Amino acid sequence: MREKSKLLLLFILAGASIAGYMFIELGPNWDYALPRRAEKIAAIVLTGSVIAIATLLFQTVTNNRILTPSIIGLDSLYMLVQTTLVFFLGSTSLTVMNKQINFAISIAFMVVFALILYRLLFRREGQNIYFLLLLGLIFGTFFGSFTSFMQVLIDPNEFQIIQDRMFASFNNIQTEVLIMAAIITGVVLLYLTKFVKYLDVLALGKETAINLGVDYDYTVKRLLVIVAILISVATALVGPITFLGLLVVNVAYEMFRTYKHSTLIFASMLISIVALAGGQMLVEHVFTFSTQLSVIINFVGGSYFIYLLLKESKK
Amino acid sequence: MVEVHSVSKSYGLKAVVDDVSVNIEKGKITSFIGPNGAGKSTLLSIISRLLSADTGEVLIDGQKVNETKSRDLAKKIAILKQSNHLSLRLSVRDLVSFGRFPYSQGKLTKEDHAFIDKAIRYMELEDMQDKYLDQLSGGQKQRAFIAMTIAQDTEYILLDEPLNNLDMKHSVQIMKVLRRLADDLGKTVLIVIHDINFASVYSDYIVALKDGKIEAQGTVNEIITSLTLKQVYGMDMSIQEINNQKICVYFS
Repeated sequence: MREKSKLLLLFILAGASIAGYMFIELGPNWDYALPRRAEKIAAIVLTGSVIAIATLLFQTVTNNRILTPSIIGLDSLYMLVQTTLVFFLGSTSLTVMNKQINFAISIAFMVVFALILYRLLFRREGQNIYFLLLLGLIFGTFFGSFTSFMQVLIDPNEFQIIQDRMFASFNNIQTEVLIMAAIITGVVLLYLTKFVKYLDVLALGKETAINLGVDYDYTVKRLLVIVAILISVATALVGPITFLGLLVVNVAYEMFRTYKHSTLIFASMLISIVALAGGQMLVEHVFTFSTQLSVIINFVGGSYFIYLLLKESKK
Repeated sequence: MVEVHSVSKSYGLKAVVDDVSVNIEKGKITSFIGPNGAGKSTLLSIISRLLSADTGEVLIDGQKVNETKSRDLAKKIAILKQSNHLSLRLSVRDLVSFGRFPYSQGKLTKEDHAFIDKAIRYMELEDMQDKYLDQLSGGQKQRAFIAMTIAQDTEYILLDEPLNNLDMKHSVQIMKVLRRLADDLGKTVLIVIHDINFASVYSDYIVALKDGKIEAQGTVNEIITSLTLKQVYGMDMSIQEINNQKICVYFS
């Protein structure tokens, strides 16, 4: 039952960091600040959960604990879409244009791209899943280079606007967009429940999973589509933030030392919320907005990643 | 009975399995032998649906493998491949429990636990059932994986080089277990094996493959002859009879 008490502890921690974020230095104008903070914290909980789940699924499907879904190039595609918009329509398009439309365009591009990538992969039977990663990596680099190319050509002032988009941020999230994201996420997660029981078996590897009667190609295809949609929603909502997933999923594995996804899903979600809400608190109250949350996350996550690599190589 | 009807599989231009037809008897141990690259493992993978054949078909008890639901097949046929590297933190009992997945879909019943206990006892893993897999030696790990396939309670058990990296003691132990599975429980066991003396002593039937084709098949006495083995392996072997068992001496 130690597992349950650890989960409870995480739950309390997550609750505390949410409450902390909501009520610290609330000030006299709480009726103005509170709804705004509530909106932000809702975005944090949504993004944190989505990223954690997507990364966990992706690592299980690929049987690799040092991968993040960003390897299939969705982050880079998001930046490319944003840059292209500014390149052709000018920076005003980002600030003036309806955020919902921008959100919808970004999601549409990312999901369609992922589906094409999967199509390429699954057209032939028995294609190795690492082929997908390789393809994604190449496309990601291509998108990245193309983005830099356009960024070099545009006006420096316009570039400033894009630079803002390069880092995930929970400031300026619109309620309408948040609701859209929540609905999509809800539907996708509902669909995911159909496949949760297969996750433990998939973690044993392809051959064992087939041996135990999992319809491997069917299940993996659907799980990868779920991952793509979840990542697209999170990225379009706040910007590139997939690195967070690597961090929280691995912390969940270290903390719980289990293979059971029913536990791991909730654990990584809660850790993710703690990291984001705690990080946002740091950004607002300690650094007073002088830095971005994703900078902190990337710094902590990067250090942890190096630690993981060093630990793995010692084995 | 497992019926393989003119199955072929090629990678690029190379035919790895070339128009192979073979019937596997029920309740017996059948060994696939042959030199490296003969297509033994590929054939085993095709029979167990891990790979699909380019042409031809496999029937298990009269049902076509590629038209049967994977979950139903998992109750009929179990396959264990040679490399079983896992980065997961699993105890032996956890691993064996996975053998019940085709029946319980993850929610273990009392009956499932009975099967798990039985499989653990069968492989003599009781003392280490709570140990984690990364704490075990190669032989113990192999036994744990075999226990998982036993817990799966299938009529057909397919093993790809189950003696890989095992010393003589553990090899004999595993072959004896397979013998008991066939003799006591009436399971049909199909193994790919490199050591022809193990094949000779412990199997009922031997299928010899070479270059993707069946070179010879039959009972142990029919296959373990200098002539047949020379055709299969391309080397001279002298066959000695020791304690009524045919032993090949190939250290010339």
